[in-house]
Amino acid sequence: AFFWLVSLLLASLIWFVSVHLSDREDSKLQYGLLIFGAAVSVLLQEAFRFAYFKLLKKADEGLATLSEDGRSPISLRQMAYVSGLSFGIISGVFSVINILADSIGPGVVGIHGDSPYYFITSAFLTMALVLLHTFWGVIFFNACEKRRYGCLGLVVASHLLTSGLTFLNPWYEASLVPIFIITLGTGVWAFVTAGGSRHNILKCLSCK
Amino acid sequence: MTELSAHLPQFQHGQLTENFPDNHLSNANDTNERRRHDNSERRRNDNPESETNGQPQNNIQQVVEQDEEDEELTLKYGAKHVIMLFVPVTLCMVVVVATIKSVSFYTRKDGQLIYTPFTEETETVGQRALNSILNAAIMISVIIVMTILLVVLYKYRCYKVIHGWLIISSLLLLFFFSFIYLGEVFKTYNVAMDYITVALIIWNFGVVGMICIHWKGPLRLQQAYLIMISALMALVFIKYLPEWTAWLILAVISVYDLVAVLCPKGPLRMLVEMAQERNETLFPALIYSSTMIWLVNMAEEDPEAQRKASKNSTYDKQAPANQTQNEDAEADDGGFSQEWQQQRDNRIGPIESTPELRAAVQALPSNSQTSEDPEERGVKLGLGDFIFYSVLVGKASATANGDWNTTLACFVAILIGLCLTLLLLAIFKKALPALPISITFGLVFYFATDNLVQPFMDQLAFHQFYI
Repeated sequence: AFFWLVSLLLASLIWFVSVHLSDREDSKLQYGLLIFGAAVSVLLQEAFRFAYFKLLKKADEGLATLSEDGRSPISLRQMAYVSGLSFGIISGVFSVINILADSIGPGVVGIHGDSPYYFITSAFLTMALVLLHTFWGVIFFNACEKRRYGCLGLVVASHLLTSGLTFLNPWYEASLVPIFIITLGTGVWAFVTAGGSRHNILKCLSCK
Repeated sequence: MTELSAHLPQFQHGQLTENFPDNHLSNANDTNERRRHDNSERRRNDNPESETNGQPQNNIQQVVEQDEEDEELTLKYGAKHVIMLFVPVTLCMVVVVATIKSVSFYTRKDGQLIYTPFTEETETVGQRALNSILNAAIMISVIIVMTILLVVLYKYRCYKVIHGWLIISSLLLLFFFSFIYLGEVFKTYNVAMDYITVALIIWNFGVVGMICIHWKGPLRLQQAYLIMISALMALVFIKYLPEWTAWLILAVISVYDLVAVLCPKGPLRMLVEMAQERNETLFPALIYSSTMIWLVNMAEEDPEAQRKASKNSTYDKQAPANQTQNEDAEADDGGFSQEWQQQRDNRIGPIESTPELRAAVQALPSNSQTSEDPEERGVKLGLGDFIFYSVLVGKASATANGDWNTTLACFVAILIGLCLTLLLLAIFKKALPALPISITFGLVFYFATDNLVQPFMDQLAFHQFYI
């Protein structure tokens, strides 16, 4: 979470600087800058995820050397899951908590002509994003571990794609549906990467 | 603790300054506490490794074997201790933020403490900056004076004064401030209440609190009370300190903390050393400890036996070899002995001067300084740390435009700072101040999030973009 926050900080710094250096009045430019800022932020997030991976790897080695049987008490998979989850949680919380706080207060959704489904779509999008971050975490760490840089590139690309799709809001059909499809796909991919399979699922469901 | 004692006299002034002294107390306390140190593992670890090891009789072989085992255990228990501290710090912050968000009393400006006489409602920015610097300077000098007073009092063994001060301050907190707090909460939720019920509630709350904190009580209850009084103090600070002053004070206090604990002539360090030389008890009520079961015997040889004994031991069962120390401790107060031992134990890790004492007592080859069961060793953190962390997060939630984002960012920053501090503690095994790293991270994140991230997130949320 801390790493995500730092990446967000840097990204907003870049955006802030760029906004201040540019023309405030030109709304198209501002819009473009916002998109630029978002893209930079995505890239920075992935970079920090990588940095976090490196840090955890070092810690893991340290733990492994100290333990009795040469294996660390936490497996890399668990670390990947936890890191993805924490990235997701902090990202989701940052995206949605102000909206939640406002939703308690008096007001009408979309009174100025915006979509009245703002809250509910925000909720769904945030959920998708949290899940996605978790999946990306698992896949990312696994890809780094096995040095499959293609997978790594795919993860970054899918993050960029998801973020880009949100730019299509409020055209919700075009943004929500693909994002959910991506979420499901990434979920299955992460599940397979983590070693699951249909066999495992059946075993889990049947042996209670 | 010694620091604590020093601050106690402040209470005797009996004014509104009580808020302060308590804070100082905790502050001092904290710095003291930073020496939290826990692990017997660490200690064992220390023993073989450190030159100041007071037990030269350690067998080298045992030392080497124990080393690896100890380090692993250190890390494992280190993680456990981090978690043990996360929960209370989080709880305290949650209470403070919840109160700030709902009860408007604590965000209303109703005047300032006498320690911050300069107002911040000035006409120019320069004037405001100057006023806040002066306020912070006054506050810090008060703290320094109190700390030195504490050192002096402790040096000349004015324990009654210290005890009295401590009791008066906790009385004030438990009764007066909680009465105000309860009143404001009732006002916010428009709950009708009669004085008799309130009197009963406050009386019970206060008396049970006094007993739990200063004497014996269930561990969880004591922890809960300590968290509550920290939250109350933090709320008072948030209410009565104007903005810029508050941030400046936070920054300066963390610097002071660093200086006071690490410099050889720092008051806090001197206090700790004096306390160790005299092998004395700590004052409760200013330290948060996560375990109570005190293991005890420092003087036994067999680590296994010790461990078994400690597993079942309560403060009642104490090894005969330790009798003198125990008697001394118990003479004060039953509750004190536990804390004292814990504290002593904690301090043994980081400050390796107590091994000499123990070596003297034991006079036997022993490779474990304590018989504590690793799981039962707890961590101690001073209440001042709790208070300042909560002040930071509370101020962030009260006065930020980014609101929840800023609050959360500060919260994460403080927790990470705490983790790092504990890590450093495990590495250096010395008394360390807990405030600097966390407060620095917290301040950086507060200002950065409020000014940089908030507009960005706002714009993104406006267009419903997600990153």
